[in-house]
Amino acid sequence: MKRDSEEAVADCGTKRSGILLVERKYFTFAEPPHEMVLDSGARLGPITLAYETLGELNEDRSNAILVLHAFSGDSHVAGYLRENDERPGWWDNMVGPGKPVDTDRYFVICSNILGSCMGSTGPSSINPRTGRPYGLSFPMVTIRDMVRAQKHLIDHLGISRIMCLIGGSVGGMQVLRWCTDYPEMVVSAIPLATTTRHSAQAIAFNEVARQAIMADPDWKGGDYYDGPGPRHGLAVARMIGHVTYLSDEAMREKFGRRLQSRRSLSYDFGGDFQVESYLRHQGEKFVDRFDANSVLYITKAADYFDLEAGNGSSLINEALARVSFLVISFTSDWLYPTYQARNLVSVLKKNGSDVSFCEIEAPWGHDAFLLPNPHLDDLISGFLDRIYNEHCGQ
Amino acid sequence: MNAADEQAPRMRFDLQVIASWIEPGSRVLDLGCGNGDLLLYLKEHKQVRGTGIELAEDKVIRCIERGLTVLQGDFRQEVRDYPEGRFDVVILSQTLQQVLDPRELLIELLRIGGRVIVSFPNFSHWLARLQLLFTGQAPVTNQLPYEWYNSPNVRVITIKDFKRFLRTIGVRLVREVAINTHHHDLEGNVIHRFTNLRATYGIMMLEKAS
Repeated sequence: MKRDSEEAVADCGTKRSGILLVERKYFTFAEPPHEMVLDSGARLGPITLAYETLGELNEDRSNAILVLHAFSGDSHVAGYLRENDERPGWWDNMVGPGKPVDTDRYFVICSNILGSCMGSTGPSSINPRTGRPYGLSFPMVTIRDMVRAQKHLIDHLGISRIMCLIGGSVGGMQVLRWCTDYPEMVVSAIPLATTTRHSAQAIAFNEVARQAIMADPDWKGGDYYDGPGPRHGLAVARMIGHVTYLSDEAMREKFGRRLQSRRSLSYDFGGDFQVESYLRHQGEKFVDRFDANSVLYITKAADYFDLEAGNGSSLINEALARVSFLVISFTSDWLYPTYQARNLVSVLKKNGSDVSFCEIEAPWGHDAFLLPNPHLDDLISGFLDRIYNEHCGQ
Repeated sequence: MNAADEQAPRMRFDLQVIASWIEPGSRVLDLGCGNGDLLLYLKEHKQVRGTGIELAEDKVIRCIERGLTVLQGDFRQEVRDYPEGRFDVVILSQTLQQVLDPRELLIELLRIGGRVIVSFPNFSHWLARLQLLFTGQAPVTNQLPYEWYNSPNVRVITIKDFKRFLRTIGVRLVREVAINTHHHDLEGNVIHRFTNLRATYGIMMLEKAS
């Protein structure tokens, strides 16, 4: 196991001709009869996680940063998978050599989540028992199950303490789940634009997205893998998602009431406004890269997320008092508004954790956490620098 | 103020005095920490485990960039979440005069901190007195640079009044110093006699009366 992990980290993130090349790797575990037991009680195995790493693990294995991606993200956080790729990973402005999450200094891991369709086991994977895609026979997974699977990967890489967990949105939920479930493995955490419990409003939008998919006749009860699939329903689901990622101000600035490729109103339903055209385009793009059933499962996992359920917050935990937090929210994020970040901060303060908090002024809505922003860069690089100096003893 | 003079950190003189009062390794909460000058000094020179609270986003970012633990928010709200005795010292520098209910705030601060250090501009400095006496107008000085209509200083505090106030609310004065500052408050000296007349600032360390 140990030799495996050393090999796994030795050749990652090679810089060739100025571009950072990364390799997608796969880790398979929970082979029957040792399936992973899920929150629902169901057993799942084997499980494969797609993951990528950048930078090098230092000798005492203390410089690992785990980046947790959001709902439709993947393991490709930064750099290029192939030299002629058009676009780098989804957080290339944040992660890389000399960037705030500096891969010259830190060993960065990003794993695709359980239930997704970007290389990890999910509803579109082949069920080895039937030889056909799982579809709705895939068990319901929770944020905790996703984290439980990531824990297997981190163990496999031979890392016992994670210097920092970073994630926004659904990635932020995973950050917090890691903290509640494996606090002794966590040195610090940066939950961004996220919440401790999914609100009624957030659940409502997810439910509309799911209904859009399930109402598409091509969805066929989730068993659509030999047909076209619910393309229209999935596109509508994505359009709804994009509305929640923006803001009134962002839409006003980006589109206003401007018309798309026309001078006057069409008086039909072909789509007059730029905002309509934008949403349709986002919807269509998404259909080509994402699985509709994965949307159902991942949105449900987010809806189930609640750290305040039961007897008090699961963040009240003695072991978490030793973890340092940097909580960040954005002024125009109405999907996970600042009051939710403040609730998180309040609980962490009560728990005696070392916690910093900043609400960044940004007009772009929930999406702000993914967009280049010098304030966000300064916060993350400053915080990581401090944690590195305090824990990776120079 | 030997300690403060020796290290001569480039920060406000009242903060230099406050820094010299902090025990090494203590847990400190700095309310309205600004760019974090005091916290950074305490971290580097006294191995203090500090937390700051600051309202302005740009200052919060500057602090976190400098490796400090800082929360963005209104400290009157933020202090409420902390458990009893979370800090050894809570610092409230040059802000008390801007608080509507200083009594309630001080009691709250003494709940979360063993000791509280406050510094405030002394409204009975001779310059302020003379201005009021001879011009008949509300005083405007280096330490109190505002007109009556735009001043954030909603509480007029003198050193004498404050000490009387402490007796009224049953809070013990552990330590006090009166200072006279100049050069944008970066330099100053300690006043020993006629403090209420001659000092621009009062600095006091408080604790709950046992």
